[in-house]
Amino acid sequence: MKYKIQTSSLNLHYGSFHALKDVFIRIRPRMITAIIGPSGCGKSTLLRCFNRMNERTAGVQIRGHILLDGQDISQTGNDLTQLRKRVGMVFQRPNPFPLSVFDNVAYGLRVHAMKKGAAVGKAVEAALRATDLWDAMKDNLHRSALELSAEQQQRLCISRLVAVEPEVLLMDEPCSALDPIATEHVEELMRVLAEKYTIIIVTHNMQQAARVSQETGFMLLGELVEFGQTERVFTNPADKRTEDYVTGRYG
Amino acid sequence: MRISPKHSQRIAVTVMWAIAGLTLAVLAFIISYILWHGLRHITWTFLTEPPQSMGREGGVLPMIVGTLWVTGLAVLIAAPVGIAAAIYLTEYTREGRMTAIIRFGADCLAGIPSIIFGLFGFVFFVITLGMGFSILSGALTLALMVLPTIIRTSEEAIRAVPKSYRDVSFGLGSTRWQMVTWVVLRSALPGICTGVVLSIGRSISETAAVMLTAGSAMGFPHSIFESSRTLSLHFYILSREGISMSNAYATASVLILSILGINLFAYWLMRRFVAKAV
Repeated sequence: MKYKIQTSSLNLHYGSFHALKDVFIRIRPRMITAIIGPSGCGKSTLLRCFNRMNERTAGVQIRGHILLDGQDISQTGNDLTQLRKRVGMVFQRPNPFPLSVFDNVAYGLRVHAMKKGAAVGKAVEAALRATDLWDAMKDNLHRSALELSAEQQQRLCISRLVAVEPEVLLMDEPCSALDPIATEHVEELMRVLAEKYTIIIVTHNMQQAARVSQETGFMLLGELVEFGQTERVFTNPADKRTEDYVTGRYG
Repeated sequence: MRISPKHSQRIAVTVMWAIAGLTLAVLAFIISYILWHGLRHITWTFLTEPPQSMGREGGVLPMIVGTLWVTGLAVLIAAPVGIAAAIYLTEYTREGRMTAIIRFGADCLAGIPSIIFGLFGFVFFVITLGMGFSILSGALTLALMVLPTIIRTSEEAIRAVPKSYRDVSFGLGSTRWQMVTWVVLRSALPGICTGVVLSIGRSISETAAVMLTAGSAMGFPHSIFESSRTLSLHFYILSREGISMSNAYATASVLILSILGINLFAYWLMRRFVAKAV
């Protein structure tokens, strides 16, 4: 399968508000795809379609198809457990549980009853190594996660996700609560993770999209206006609206 | 004439200090008055012996045991039911007519005078269900009485848990039940405990409802199917029937001190747990 995620004529309504209009997008595996656009353009909503998080909100109606490895994700019915194990999400604000560092990372393992006994500790270590947190955390595993810095918290949230061995990482403005140096570190981490995972990042920071992603989609008013190689979208956009946005004429 | 901001600030602070001070003073006066009259009659014998000649002599041990039974049982019944109702209201339903009705019902229940609960308990548990005057009848009645408090405080505590915890938990593929038990209840526990502590206090001090349900037998209760007189009821009868004012004050002192002790213990437990969880 060439594409990890593929949508066709995806439409989403919040009550009477048409939030996504006929979105057609194809996400390649093991690279970083950025979705950019001004606030309220539907980019987070699109991201939340991929793990069916929108359905928690009352009054949401979705039409169209979303294929994950060629299989329609709406066909899993109400059992979202498996889907969300495969497609994990990192949120805008670092949001560790008020538990210890260890328990945070082990949470997903326990949810899916993936590991037992000593294997849990091994998996936690591997997940913390994957985000470069292990050296700082190995002696602090039983400290509260709330005492960590914002960057460490966000790394921890990524570890928590990586621990359940997902295939896709959805990142909803993962750096907007971080300072520039922490942002740089997290971007570096994303590049490393992209060797193993398919990453989709939503960001209103165009420079970030240009720095980390290989492919970029530009959204406006619920429409996916343009999609293609990041460099092409930024230097030679096909659509006038994209050009106006990336040159900073609005947004 | 206008009062300058500086003066109005000073007046406001003075008035509020006075009001707060007055509240504390009234509380301190009542407690110290009772303890002053009661403490000197509390002896080892008073705490460890059954009463004699209707309470004129002897102690209050059966009442202490009865109080513990009735209160403990009432909270043991009400807490799981109340917390489960709160979880249902907050996590398992969308806001709608049904939740509004349940909440309205709980609020109405909270406003009913305790003597009405006593009457209901008497008619329903004591007579209809044939439980007679017993610790069980009293505990069930008190459980109904404190249920709304537990529901509403637990509900508030659960609602205060940040939405982001739920997002993350669902995002990781947890079921709703896993999320509730591993994340939500854990974070809400201090708030839920507050409601339970309040309920313990209300149950211990309740008089009218237990009089009509647990009865007023003075013997040592050997099972929850026997009648038992609680401390508060014993105090009421001693003073009301003029049996012994000194023993009434002594009983009241025991009651006040035990409520104080339970509250302190509960807060200690809570702080210990919170310190551990975070």
